[in-house]
Amino acid sequence: CSHHPGKARDQFQEELVIRPLHSGDIYASFQFRTLWDTDFLQERQKVSHYRLFPKSLGQVLSKFSVRELHISFTQGFWRTMQWGQPFIPSPPGAELWVWFHDTVSDVDGNWKELTNVLSGIFCASLNFIDLTNTVQPSASFKPLGLGNATDHRFLRYATLPREIVCTENLTPWKKLLPCGSKAGLSVLLKSEKLFHSSFHSQAVHIRPVCQDEQCTSKAWELRQTLNVVFDLYTSGQGKKEWSLFKMFSRTLTEACPLATSSKVYVDITDNPELFELSPATPLLSQAVVLGDRRTYSVFDLTRAETFGQLRSLNLLLRWKGDSGMLRPLLHAERYVAGFGLQTGEIHTVIYNNHPYRAFPVLLMDSVPWYLQLYIHTLTVTSKSRDNKPSYIHYQPAKDRHRPHLLEMLIQLPPHSMTEVTVQFERALLKWTEYTPDPNHGFYVGSSVVSALVPSMVAMNTNFTQDQPLFSSFVPVKEESSYFVRVYTEPLLVNLPTPDFSMPYNVICLTCTVVAVGYGSFYNLLTRTFQVDEPSLPLAKRLANLIRRIRGVPLLA
Amino acid sequence: MGLLSDPNRRKALTNLLTRLNAPICMVCYLAAIVWFMGLAFEPFTLRTYMSENAMGSTMVEERFSSGERALSLAKEFDAHKTKAGGMPVEWLVKAMQARGLEVFTQSFSRKLPFPDENKERYMVRGTNVYGILRAPRAPRTEALVITAPCSPGNSNNQAVGLLLALAQYFRNQIFWAKDIIFLVNEHDLIGMQAWLEGYHHTNITGMEYSPLQGRAGSIQAALSLELSSDVITSLDLILEGLNGQLPNLDLANLFYAFCQKLGVLCTIQGKLQRNDWDTAEGYTHAAQTMMLMVLKQACGRSWGDHGLFLRYHIEAASIRGINGFRHYKMDVATIGRLLEGMVRKLNNLLERLHQSYFFYLLPSLSRFVSIGYYMPAFGLLAVILLLRALDLWVNLGAPALEAVDGVTEAEQPSGPGVLTVLTPVVISHLTGVALYLLPVHLQEMAVEHFPVSETEAVVLTAVAIYTAGLALPHNTQRLLSGEGTEQGWKVLKLTALLYLAVLLGCTALINFSLGFVLAVTLVPITASMTPHMPKALSALAMVLLSPAFTILYCVFIYQELIEAPVSVSEGWMLFLSVISQGILDHALYGSLVYPLLALFVYPCWLMFWNILFWS
Repeated sequence: CSHHPGKARDQFQEELVIRPLHSGDIYASFQFRTLWDTDFLQERQKVSHYRLFPKSLGQVLSKFSVRELHISFTQGFWRTMQWGQPFIPSPPGAELWVWFHDTVSDVDGNWKELTNVLSGIFCASLNFIDLTNTVQPSASFKPLGLGNATDHRFLRYATLPREIVCTENLTPWKKLLPCGSKAGLSVLLKSEKLFHSSFHSQAVHIRPVCQDEQCTSKAWELRQTLNVVFDLYTSGQGKKEWSLFKMFSRTLTEACPLATSSKVYVDITDNPELFELSPATPLLSQAVVLGDRRTYSVFDLTRAETFGQLRSLNLLLRWKGDSGMLRPLLHAERYVAGFGLQTGEIHTVIYNNHPYRAFPVLLMDSVPWYLQLYIHTLTVTSKSRDNKPSYIHYQPAKDRHRPHLLEMLIQLPPHSMTEVTVQFERALLKWTEYTPDPNHGFYVGSSVVSALVPSMVAMNTNFTQDQPLFSSFVPVKEESSYFVRVYTEPLLVNLPTPDFSMPYNVICLTCTVVAVGYGSFYNLLTRTFQVDEPSLPLAKRLANLIRRIRGVPLLA
Repeated sequence: MGLLSDPNRRKALTNLLTRLNAPICMVCYLAAIVWFMGLAFEPFTLRTYMSENAMGSTMVEERFSSGERALSLAKEFDAHKTKAGGMPVEWLVKAMQARGLEVFTQSFSRKLPFPDENKERYMVRGTNVYGILRAPRAPRTEALVITAPCSPGNSNNQAVGLLLALAQYFRNQIFWAKDIIFLVNEHDLIGMQAWLEGYHHTNITGMEYSPLQGRAGSIQAALSLELSSDVITSLDLILEGLNGQLPNLDLANLFYAFCQKLGVLCTIQGKLQRNDWDTAEGYTHAAQTMMLMVLKQACGRSWGDHGLFLRYHIEAASIRGINGFRHYKMDVATIGRLLEGMVRKLNNLLERLHQSYFFYLLPSLSRFVSIGYYMPAFGLLAVILLLRALDLWVNLGAPALEAVDGVTEAEQPSGPGVLTVLTPVVISHLTGVALYLLPVHLQEMAVEHFPVSETEAVVLTAVAIYTAGLALPHNTQRLLSGEGTEQGWKVLKLTALLYLAVLLGCTALINFSLGFVLAVTLVPITASMTPHMPKALSALAMVLLSPAFTILYCVFIYQELIEAPVSVSEGWMLFLSVISQGILDHALYGSLVYPLLALFVYPCWLMFWNILFWS
């Protein structure tokens, strides 16, 4: 900053996208982007002057030499079949993946410290991330920012499927925003409404990006995203009618004064058949997102006329009719088959709903060590035929040290269902390894399906500043396809659990049985019995002694 | 244990045991019966209480009020059911979708091994419809199930109506932490079996079904609803499941707690609770209730749609609405509130139900007998077998000891050959295998040669093989080893006694009622049987206390207890149908009572039959 006192080298953008869903629910996606062309990783020069970029995160980046950091907290499960693809997917619970700089020598050490620090920043149980649930995916998680690092030694990935997300996580997340929750779009982020929803996900993504089109200089990008889906029945009283006030119990009155751009997009591609929008806006924008060309009404909060006479903006959407939804091209689900507490089978089902195109997907499964996978039982079948994965990366688990990691590149035939099954055996835990509290069971994190899905329309590969944020998160490399990541549901598995009040009784009982019963029976069975000869009187024994010396037969 | 290691004292002890063997056995038998009957006496039982914290202390408010809607839905369902002549799949799918559920269907088909004459079905083809209420902000890891069967005729319409009304009401609530599956299953247990196998992707009974499209993680608990009238006088709770498995007692406690809270009359085994335990009538009532439970559990079949869930470690119970001749009637909204309360409490669960008992008998809904209290009754019976075995062992050992002291050891035969014992054992078991396999496999041949239906053919073949078994093996050992010796039958009896003790012991651990009922009838004759008894009389006693007759008595006692006594010929017909149902239950749902009786209990009994005719 000191070099160009006149011109700030950081900028902030905020954006809200509202997508009415075919189910009658409504999807609101917030994105806040801070861009700063500084370099956190410089050895000599310590970054100390912060303006828009949160200092707490900046210091973390430089201390742990983080290249890229993605963290998400999600409550609920994204229902792909009802809602289509989200702008930024995330698995239930907490997910953290980090690319470290290749100068880092002790990656595991940095990772451990980083998770503990983040745990403090976000008030979450990220400190439960340790080596037993951390993996290094070889192909599924490529850096999304600049640079083409491929050495997955510097990547760490972990999920906590059990993590419950609540207001205590939202508050620190909001504090990272330049305007806090005081002005701009973030006034809508009221926890009593955000958590009265069927899906809530908040995330922080930090990565290095190009400063401009020519990519002459590098900048750090911090994206804070928050996705929420409001339910037609529980939040909407069953009426297909939504407004900002109904969703967030607030209306918009101003943009964040620090923001260079502050916009609200409403997906009106299906308008006017499906719903009507008021107030109407003349500003329309088209964007190609997730393989589809969508039309958006744009409300620019930096312009006073957006707010009209009432000085407040309360968007109103009213459905007029029903319409079917195109099946999402890719979706996946997972479940545990079998019963009993000894063995089981994990089924992962991946659907390719494209009518005529086959495409490959990368499936990544990270399974805790206490489910001992029988990897020889791994089968992949599509259309009831064996489907041989073209790439398999399998890292077996080590008991109490690291989880299983299975990555496979599978070609999905068009319009097909591919089923991946693998059997497992449940391990017997040590008694201290069970959670002390009442627990539902043991969770297995979501599997991750990453794919380049054939696009219906040409994707926009040009990098421009004006692109809406929601369409520019994942860099598009080719026109014909777009990147999608799908998370399956986590699994809940019961392990054989002793009744912990029993051991005391059992110990007492078994000790008694062993001491009294077994001991004497063993004694009885192994001892040889002989008739005890009555001992001789003292006089006879003396006589015998003398007789032995004399060499004559002894007395009986 | 100095008592045993000292030869003199050991001798004294064994002498005492052998000398007083018969009286001790008699005392044990009587004590067992008295103990068992005492279990129903209220001061000896424990009051039920809620063990699970998550369900006990948390408050829930019941607000369900759409009873009228439930009834109109029931009428609509009835109309569509009549129109479709079975499950109105399309209507149900639409009805569930309109209530905001994710709806899926599953079709299944099953060819029964032989026609089921009770339910008049052979080739079964049907569709299950289920809708999933996705819990807001829960990641599809846990689920609760509410089911209502789509039954032929006029029954159970109200159950489906209430199910849909509940779904609608539940869908508008935010507090769900577990997904709720609303399932309407066709062809009662067969549909349920298909759905459960589909959900868990297993195939244990050879059912053909289409794979399920929607799942909701691991199922924690299930409630099955049976309701056939608009108003009811009481609710009956059914717990007995497949193979005598019972759900966690907390589920029964939960039901009882809500019945108390809402002032609903509740029964178990169709019997109301009485407060006059100190009168003879009060005690008889409790004893009857408990006996009914024992009989139902012993027969090992699933007494409601809930019974099949238990195999998958899902706690489940059936709730049946009864419209009797009482003055006080309750409407559907009350039952809805009861279910709402139960489901909300189950929704609060932080862990699987495991705090309370899995092994219990209920003399009434508010009293229970835990495994620690009822097991001694069985133990006293099992001890008789062991005492008799000890007696025989000592008897067999005594001449051997003399032989050591005797001059020549070569003259004394070294006990009966292995063949003497093995032959009857093997032949008895082969008869058992025949009894297990032949009835179903020979039905076509039987139908060809005799003027009977398939079902009759199966049952009569079973009866015929059973009877033929009596004639067949009692002279078998002579084929191989000539005349039976005195020692021969003793060794055989020793083997058979130990075999029976182990068999009954294992059975009682899994299904106490079955083990106890078998022990009560089998122990007296098996303990006292020798070849030296008057043949005709003891043969008659043996036959009258054989496993088949046990079933017959159970049929009569059961009918007596449910206050629907039958004549001898009706009883006989019921007996035949019980056999066919037992075989069907084994084939369709994997009930183990039929194979247990055919492959183990009957052969064991045959061994004793063999001893009686030892010569």
